[in-house]
Amino acid sequence: MAEGYVQIAVFFAVVLAVVKPMGVYMAKVFRNERVFLTPVLGPIERLTYKVLRVRPEEEGQDWKQYAKSLIVFSLLFWVLLYLILRTQGIDPWNPRGFHSAPWDVTFNTVSSFLTNTNWQYYGGEVTLSYFGQMAGLAVQNFVSAAVGIAVLVALIRGLAARSGSSLGNFWQDVTRILLYILVPISIVAALVLASQGVIQNLSGYTTIHTLAGGTQILGQGPVASQEAIKMLGTNGGGFFNVNSAFPFENPSAFTNYFELFLILLIPASLTYTYGRMIGSQRQGWAIFSAMAVLLMAGTVVAYMAEQHGTPAQHLAGLHTHAMNGSSGGNMEGKEQRFGIASSALFTAVTTATSTGAVNSAFESLTGIGGAVPFSNLGFSEVIFGGVGSGLYSMLLYAILAVFIGGLMVGRTPEYLGKKIGAREIKLVALGVLVTPLMALLSAGLASATPAGTRSLYAGFNPQGFSENLYAYLSQANNNGSAWAGYTGFLQPHGPGNVGAYGISFADMLGGLVLIGARFLPIILVLAVAGAMAGKKVSPAGLGTMRTDNPTFVFLLLGIIVLVGALTFFPAILLGPVTQGLSTRLF
Amino acid sequence: MRGLGKDLRTGLIAIVAMTLVLGLAYPLVVTGISQVLFPGAADGSKVSFAGRVVGSRLIGQEFKGKAYFHSRPSATGYSGDATFFANVGPNSKEGREEVRENLAAYLKLNKPYDKGLTKDDVPVDAVTNSASGVDPQISEANARIQARRVAAVRGLSLDDVEALVDGAVEGRGLGVFGEPGVNVLELNIALEEASPLKGGN
Repeated sequence: MAEGYVQIAVFFAVVLAVVKPMGVYMAKVFRNERVFLTPVLGPIERLTYKVLRVRPEEEGQDWKQYAKSLIVFSLLFWVLLYLILRTQGIDPWNPRGFHSAPWDVTFNTVSSFLTNTNWQYYGGEVTLSYFGQMAGLAVQNFVSAAVGIAVLVALIRGLAARSGSSLGNFWQDVTRILLYILVPISIVAALVLASQGVIQNLSGYTTIHTLAGGTQILGQGPVASQEAIKMLGTNGGGFFNVNSAFPFENPSAFTNYFELFLILLIPASLTYTYGRMIGSQRQGWAIFSAMAVLLMAGTVVAYMAEQHGTPAQHLAGLHTHAMNGSSGGNMEGKEQRFGIASSALFTAVTTATSTGAVNSAFESLTGIGGAVPFSNLGFSEVIFGGVGSGLYSMLLYAILAVFIGGLMVGRTPEYLGKKIGAREIKLVALGVLVTPLMALLSAGLASATPAGTRSLYAGFNPQGFSENLYAYLSQANNNGSAWAGYTGFLQPHGPGNVGAYGISFADMLGGLVLIGARFLPIILVLAVAGAMAGKKVSPAGLGTMRTDNPTFVFLLLGIIVLVGALTFFPAILLGPVTQGLSTRLF
Repeated sequence: MRGLGKDLRTGLIAIVAMTLVLGLAYPLVVTGISQVLFPGAADGSKVSFAGRVVGSRLIGQEFKGKAYFHSRPSATGYSGDATFFANVGPNSKEGREEVRENLAAYLKLNKPYDKGLTKDDVPVDAVTNSASGVDPQISEANARIQARRVAAVRGLSLDDVEALVDGAVEGRGLGVFGEPGVNVLELNIALEEASPLKGGN
């Protein structure tokens, strides 16, 4: 296992090394300062404002205006994406002549991509045209990421502002985030991926006569361009059904780590950006430390559990220990080029960061290994989390921690020198609880009704329970990964959506959860930002509870684990933990 | 102060502009550059044998019979255009039966050429489903076991086949990342070049 830990350590070291330069760069972008790309992109930025008819320097928005622009923008994009996917049969770049999916599946897919989730009830290569993937889904990969980051920036401005009520301008934020961060990095990353074997073309599928005399059809398409933003924007929706396990999406161990790097690049660096924008780097590092501890813990647990193998394998007489020339471990549903270590790392990182990508089959994880994605989602995606959304959720937890810490020592709680009043803490508590509530209520509803259990693959046992719980946990947390047996879409007559039908209950409930669990917290976060903006900053004294030291990191970790565990521990016990503790088969 | 009407107008322009730029210009520009700079990779890393394209270096194929190295088990029939996970759970009875059957089949195929082979020697990748269904690689341990059979059936020396296996080993990424593996299609192509198979087996 030494080689495994070495590669994991090297990876974390590389991520740590880019946190500062990337964090500084993003802070400049968010503060509307000049960056090295300004000479090239400045004219495009000004042209964009002209086309959009906004004058950002004159149009600072308070939290309600910011939220209104965001919601109008998202609503319009929801409608456009729905139209694009419903008209697939007459749109261009559709070499296989795919029809549209059923309306309920489209409802779920549209809601999923709009919310940076990328939960997929469909298999991309058998249901979607290149046009739908490029002009429909990949656009949302950019836009939903930009919206998440914009909300974070608005919150940081609210926390930092000492006067006024402006949180910035939504249109300007989205424009600059796309122009200076997401698009340039995606172009470079897509070309790196294409050079390594991720396909990028608009050809039809290729029929091959294989070496041994069979035939094999190879899926094609514009994959690299979509893969880059899929990772960079912590989206995770695969061009192909098996996502980053498919070699055309993730051809080598190098691309696997490159994709992991893209996932963490923005969420990890944003902690530094945060420190810079509020004028205290230590605050940023405190948040970073809390996130890093949880991510590493999850990675190690998943790695050790997967290296152990499964009861089914052991009872079949298979030896899952490492031997000369084989890593051993639970290789069911994993790829040889990734092995156990980087599959476990991928599992931990993607579930911590709200990236729905997978490079191995979650349904085939060991019980305890499978508990890691469950826990990461149970912590409401605050371990780095989705771009923007991870840190804004984490900041809600930080305020909650300050409040609870303040109660314990009997002082008025303050965060960054600003007093936390009744209104703020109510908003924060709601923001923290919305996601778990939606996850548990929907999962409960689905597991208790015949309409819900139609989606099960493994049946009425702990595995089936895991499928169902994870499905709603994943959608409520806007993650998008799955215990993939669970389904809301059936294709009985082969590819192309011919004769296909959706399971309306799962599609609709999931879609509503996706939207609710994305936009309710966003509104609450913006409301917190509005409430904090313009508050007076009182100077730190001897009695001030510090929020930039190890004690606070420890308190913050405690709160996160406590809220997550109290909410989800009983449910997780019934699913993956039961499987992990038992050698019984069912 | 902006009204709802103004937001609607800006939003409408924004969604059209962004769809054009992010949804068409971006992927088409990346396609153009990739096709010029990395045409082979961008089109699927295809490999040829005897002047004919026989597959992609990255996509595993089905190999049957005693004269070829076999790929890992696949739940999808090695499909390159309709992929799904096997979704075998850790405590699944079907999973136990599947591993049992795969183990027995692997031993039946390879044991005649390697008398000392027991189930304790069988590496995990040989009897478990890959994630993609088209894993292009097998572990080195798996390849070494199959090398004895392939050498015997093709009338090659074990050393020659071992050398071909060495040639098909793909190491860790940058020497650190992932796991080493043996590319099955490239190995079988090298095998065919060294000792062409006539009329099947």
